[in-house]
Amino acid sequence: MGKTVLLVEDEPNIIEAIGFILSRDGWTVHTHSNGQTALDAIRERSPDLIVLDVMLPGRSGIDILKDIRADEQMGKTPVMMLTARGQEKDREAAREAGADRFMTKPFSNSEVLAAVRELAAP
Amino acid sequence: MSSALNVLAAVCAGYAALLFLIAFAADRAARRGRAGWLRSPLVYTLSLSVYCTAWTFYGAVGFAARSGLEYVTIYLGPTLVMIGWWAVLRKLVRVGRAQRITSIADLISSRFGKSNTLAVMVTLMAVVGTTPYIALQLQSVTLSFAVFAGAAPELGAATAALSEGSTTAFWVAAGLAIFTVLFGTRNLDVNERHHGVVTAIAVESVVKLFALLAVGIFVVWGMAGGPAEIVERIGQSPIATWQVQPSRWITLTFLSAAAFLCLPRMFQVLVVENEDEGHLRVASWAFPTYLLLMSLFIVPIAVMGLSHLPEGINPDLFVLSLPLSEGQTGLAILSFLGGFSSATSMVIVAAIALSTMLSNHVVMPLWLKWQGEGALVSGDVRHVVLLARRLSIVGVLLLGYLYYRVSGGGAALAAIGLISFAGVAQFLPALLGGLFWRGATRAGAISGMSVGFIIWLWTMLLPGFGPDAALPASVLSEGPWGIGWLRPRALFGFEGLDPLVHAVLWSLLFNTGILVLRSLLSFPSPMERLQGAQLVDVFHHSTGGQRWHGGIAQSEDLLIMAQRILGADEAQRFFQAAARTQGLDGYLPEPTPEFLNHLERELAGSVGAATAHAMVGQIVGGAAVSVEDLIAVADEAAQIMEYSARLEAKSEELSRTARQLGEANDKLTQLSHQKDAFLSQISHELRTPMTSIRSFSEILRDAGELTGEEVTRYSSIIHDESVRLTRLLDDLLDLSVLENGEVSMNVETGQLVSVIDRAVAAVGLGGGLRIRRKREREHVEMRADLDRLAQVFINLIANARKYCDAEDPELQIVVRARGGELNVDFIDNGSGIDRSDQAVIFEKFARLGDDRERGAGLGLAICREVMERMGGTVNYLPGQGGAAFRVSLPL
Repeated sequence: MGKTVLLVEDEPNIIEAIGFILSRDGWTVHTHSNGQTALDAIRERSPDLIVLDVMLPGRSGIDILKDIRADEQMGKTPVMMLTARGQEKDREAAREAGADRFMTKPFSNSEVLAAVRELAAP
Repeated sequence: MSSALNVLAAVCAGYAALLFLIAFAADRAARRGRAGWLRSPLVYTLSLSVYCTAWTFYGAVGFAARSGLEYVTIYLGPTLVMIGWWAVLRKLVRVGRAQRITSIADLISSRFGKSNTLAVMVTLMAVVGTTPYIALQLQSVTLSFAVFAGAAPELGAATAALSEGSTTAFWVAAGLAIFTVLFGTRNLDVNERHHGVVTAIAVESVVKLFALLAVGIFVVWGMAGGPAEIVERIGQSPIATWQVQPSRWITLTFLSAAAFLCLPRMFQVLVVENEDEGHLRVASWAFPTYLLLMSLFIVPIAVMGLSHLPEGINPDLFVLSLPLSEGQTGLAILSFLGGFSSATSMVIVAAIALSTMLSNHVVMPLWLKWQGEGALVSGDVRHVVLLARRLSIVGVLLLGYLYYRVSGGGAALAAIGLISFAGVAQFLPALLGGLFWRGATRAGAISGMSVGFIIWLWTMLLPGFGPDAALPASVLSEGPWGIGWLRPRALFGFEGLDPLVHAVLWSLLFNTGILVLRSLLSFPSPMERLQGAQLVDVFHHSTGGQRWHGGIAQSEDLLIMAQRILGADEAQRFFQAAARTQGLDGYLPEPTPEFLNHLERELAGSVGAATAHAMVGQIVGGAAVSVEDLIAVADEAAQIMEYSARLEAKSEELSRTARQLGEANDKLTQLSHQKDAFLSQISHELRTPMTSIRSFSEILRDAGELTGEEVTRYSSIIHDESVRLTRLLDDLLDLSVLENGEVSMNVETGQLVSVIDRAVAAVGLGGGLRIRRKREREHVEMRADLDRLAQVFINLIANARKYCDAEDPELQIVVRARGGELNVDFIDNGSGIDRSDQAVIFEKFARLGDDRERGAGLGLAICREVMERMGGTVNYLPGQGGAAFRVSLPL
């Protein structure tokens, strides 16, 4: 398949776990861990799918998502948000900013895999 | 040298050693907070008797022998002030305390808009006026030595005596300089009162009273044969026939009253060293009693001296030569010690007072100007202040000694004393005008004082050296360039007046007249009006000076400056107290106008009002706070104070209430937000490790073809994250238990050193952090929960290891136990913590920067809770270079 996913997350262990799951499923996984430079990374890689953490150092995932949606080139890329806070208002904020899927940590691996496959399907 | 002289020198040295001991012990007691009895009104009263110098001790008898009862005026003036001018004294002391006045120069400069010109003027005039007086004291000591040396001086030894006298005077001056430097400037906190010196002086005043009474009793009962006989002898002596000259009487009484208020040394003991306004009440009857006792036997001694001693003996030394001539060596030595006490106490206090003035008003302003702004935060200001004071003390004494050498020690004691009195009396119009008349202006004070001083120089000081000494005889008899109405002894052609009356009359008449006239004609600057209102109405409002406003004041810079002037402990205590009144934790209060004023007054105690004002100004707003700005604000404040002080107070109270309500509301809202944020934080902190654990355990369970290496790696991630989770839960539980007050502290007695040892060992020495300690200072026994305290220390040391960003990281642990409080400071050499972050580091989950892997950010929050439970505190200590934390515990 050779589809690419960009994982924006700052916890090294979580990056490793998600990276392991997705690459085994045949994805090319790029990672980035800084909120402030995330947009540039997305623009550079133009991935097929973005997995975006809400609490990032430097800049919040919600703000990054808003910028993605406002951008002509990458505005249509599907985005799945991850959060460890899990409050209802976080989910609300993510949906309003234009997230396609919202997932609360901790998640099951199969849940993540299913969501990614579904979002990337044409 | 005769053997009597050797005995005398030994007695002198012993007495000086005793004074050293007393001063040292009193200083120590005061520093340990055990100075209750040092602050008694009795000590205050006795210290006032520094008024009675060698001039009074020896000179009064000479005065009586030469001019009859006139000597009484010297005691009458201060008595009238103490009893009749009670209100003036009280006001003076109140103003002095409210404005933290350090000297008479400081007071006059403060009153007239913190003018440094005036301060310098008063200082220089005081130095000129006091130098002859110091010379007089040196002279009296050497004369009294000489009396012992040759009870029958051989004629050929006159020159030898003079050079020997100079040597004596030099050593006396040097000894006094050492004593004054040691006890007058030993306090590192320069603004503190001089308990040691004051106590030594109180002791000296007892010695001189005792000595004079002893000689008097000996003369009346031992020589004359009883009171009845002495009264008869007085009736027969020439003293009874002396005519009282009313003009001289009035002038002398007035002069000694003025001098009592204006002499720098009197101002020092009366106002600066005053601990409690209430002491004045006792002094108002006790001090006149002291003076009465001092004057009781003057006439009997004079009469007996005139009749019993051979003609040509200096009447100034009757107190000494009478007992000597009767073979009473012991009594003579006692009498000598009395005179020695009188002389030394005057010189010591005068040197302290003058050196304070010189360093605050001459040296410090010059140094500040020369060093520029940076010096306040980088230079060692305290060191400069102390050095300036020490050099000034030495300079003042050197000047007195030189005057003694140059004048040759000729003139009668009383004459030199009166010249000094008239000189400092020139401060009186500005002082009283400043305290009681709001209309008095700076211009008026400067012109009045300068003219008065010049007239004093011309009519009194210069002619006082004798014809052809300072002024040619022709000037005395015909006036300069033959202008007759400028003759020093007959200004404007008024002849036939007594020279003293003449000089005092003209100088003070012009001084006062010009002060009033120029004050009426000139317009005071707003700053002057403000200070004027403050001082004149000191009993109505004892707060505030002119106000600071605006400006982005840097509290930390102010703290750094204050530490250099007040000393670190004092400054930190002051800043912490101010922060606490503002409802803030830590050491940095908001730089509100109130705080800045308060700080300025505190600094004024060390460096004088004008300098303190300039120092705060340089930091708070640089140029922004200077002239125009200040005038605008001061003007406004003056108006408000003048017309609506009460209204202002009321509206201030209302707005304070409103502000408090608003603050309470904000606090509640903030608390609720904090609770939400806290929950969401906890959720995040717990879920993050759980995510890794769940994910990797699923991988291990589901994925078949993992390499052995992968299995190991993933299991150890799971393990590490579980540990992280456990630690987090432990911390959270710990914190919540602490916050709810459910934990009981296991208080036990132990050694601080072993707690620190334990903490250092627990953190381990990894990470390249060096720890510097002074173990010998850590041997402090205390009562605390030692495990909890070790936990706090471990957290602080571990933080230093994690966050200190120096190339060669080093942590200093500084222990200080003082005043019932134990401080343990942890100071690293990294780049410290930004001002904006200092407030949040003690919050839960506060982590600076984006370091994620390093703990949950609960460490300092736990430290704070632990310390609070133990009745102590832990705070960030700003201004130390690197990051610094202070743990405080009550001992």
